[in-house]
Amino acid sequence: MDLPPPVAGLAPARVTGSVAPAPSAPARDVAAADRSARRRYRRLLLTLLVASPVVLVLAAGAGAVPIPPADVLAVLRAHLLGGPVGEPVVDQIIWQVRVPRVLLAFVVGAALAVAGAVLQAVVRNPLAEPYVLGVSAGASLAAVAVLTLGGLTSGTALASLGVPGAAFLGALATLVAVVALGRRAGRLDPARLLLAGVALSYLLQAATSWLQLRSAPNQLAAVLFWLLGTVGGADWGDLALPTAVLVLATTWLVLQGRSLNALLAGDDVAASLGVAADRVRLQLLVVAAALTAVVISVAGGVGFVGLVAPHCVRLLVGPEHRRLLPATALLGGAFLVLADLVGRLVAAPLELPLNVVTAVAGVPFFLVLLRRSTRIPGGGA
Amino acid sequence: MSRLRLRGLGVELGGATVVDALDLDCPAGSVVGLLGPNGSGKSTVLRTVYRALRPTSGAVLVDDEDVLSDLDARAHARLVAAMTQDQGPGFDFTVLEVVSTGRVPHQSSLARESRTDRDLVAGALARVGMAALAGRSFAELSGGEKQRVLLARALVQQPRVLVLDEPTNHLDVATQLALLELVRGLGVTVLAALHDLNLAATYCDAVHLLHDGVVVASGTPDDVLTEERIAAVFGVAAHRSRHPTTGRLHLSFSPLPSPFHPGVPL
Repeated sequence: MDLPPPVAGLAPARVTGSVAPAPSAPARDVAAADRSARRRYRRLLLTLLVASPVVLVLAAGAGAVPIPPADVLAVLRAHLLGGPVGEPVVDQIIWQVRVPRVLLAFVVGAALAVAGAVLQAVVRNPLAEPYVLGVSAGASLAAVAVLTLGGLTSGTALASLGVPGAAFLGALATLVAVVALGRRAGRLDPARLLLAGVALSYLLQAATSWLQLRSAPNQLAAVLFWLLGTVGGADWGDLALPTAVLVLATTWLVLQGRSLNALLAGDDVAASLGVAADRVRLQLLVVAAALTAVVISVAGGVGFVGLVAPHCVRLLVGPEHRRLLPATALLGGAFLVLADLVGRLVAAPLELPLNVVTAVAGVPFFLVLLRRSTRIPGGGA
Repeated sequence: MSRLRLRGLGVELGGATVVDALDLDCPAGSVVGLLGPNGSGKSTVLRTVYRALRPTSGAVLVDDEDVLSDLDARAHARLVAAMTQDQGPGFDFTVLEVVSTGRVPHQSSLARESRTDRDLVAGALARVGMAALAGRSFAELSGGEKQRVLLARALVQQPRVLVLDEPTNHLDVATQLALLELVRGLGVTVLAALHDLNLAATYCDAVHLLHDGVVVASGTPDDVLTEERIAAVFGVAAHRSRHPTTGRLHLSFSPLPSPFHPGVPL
């Protein structure tokens, strides 16, 4: 005899109930699991697709001059579909000030949330967020340098960039440094990337603090506001680039969804599934950093949304990236519009920076979700 | 069914030669064991076969195709699947999602899951007895259940060669036997790194004994696993006998006298 007598085959594990499974039971079980996951996702996406425009319209109506949603819609209709423009003051407030502002808040929130979701997969760590790789610290240092040294450097290349241009370049320079430091034996090592990013962040933050300390009091408010994030003063011109980058990057990332799933399983597994982990990781890193840099350069350092929005969606529909990314974008966008709205209302006429609101409003919400959920964001085995 | 051959495989890691001029043959449809102590290079050899590692020299051939230089990563993954020692994804995927990842090398990034994809996933889950847990979180499964799910993921790749790296690690006795029984029944060519020499003797058609990155013996378990070789490679005394029911080679082990304190067992 060549082989041992057959060992009792693999019995179905932990089937609940005592009913003997029918022949097609496995196929039915799998189809049922598939259907329930799809249904959960469709429900979330539908909710977000309905909630986002509602939030945008409500936020556009709220402010020092409250404007009812019906009037907001009338202004939008006049501009988008043509038709009679109503009261010029209302039109001015809604179309020139509030709509660009709420749209920018949406785009910034969506971009940071998507970047956070991707970076959590790239470094395979649930604590990762758009800022963990030092990209934000680099952008902040460059922006603060322009804000505080503006007088000294006027006429130089740095000053002519403006705050957004400098922030973008600062972000890219930091990314290049982090990638260079994160390489080991010709490969991008997730743990090394993370540590290089964190270490570099501290260094850049120290430099930023030093610039703040030696800045004039009248510059300090602008610096602080920028560091804490704001979409105040947004106009239509600020929207084009971030929106284009958000749409292109998110589309590309959703198409990479399967590679992202494979990457989360580890580099060896990714390789065995035909996904070249190293190349994919570098591409994803560049795209996530570009997303972050573009929105930081217009809105400053908005924290928290990039960490929490992806986790909220994972808690609801799981980490599958082709579902995660679109839902995360919508949730992050809507969340930041609300955060901006709250920041405008609670201390009016004073405006609170976005970071203050995202933390105060977002943390309790996230903790409640975390306690109620059976899923674990880190999913530690 | 396909034949897997490694020709003159050499791997250097951090300047040290881990595997040197290694030749290895897995006939089509056979189950071949890769044996050797910790650090002998078993995982390194396997990682080159499923493309996680680029060898410094040599080739990996499936039938007559050099999969490392002639095929891209996706085409390679359609021929060779692996069950690695990774304990699955870090985030909280469901069993169904984990197994569906096995279809990645067959899917274009634009396409949705096809009927075939779904049927294969359901079939593989049924085959490993995990269909009832399809909607369950992978992280919450027991070690044995996880291994079954990871095997199902490898199966939906529809590979011609299956690579297993310590597939029975952390499993209880019944699950070890059931898993290898299942693997034997698949009809694909299997190359498996195994620690348990008795499992290798029971389930492998052929074994290769690896020592410091070099194959020191190849052949049937009976021919390769001699008491002298086991003493030289593993540093333990082995006692050969016959399994009372299967009639196959059975090994029992005892410590060799310690080289540090002659006459005193380790």
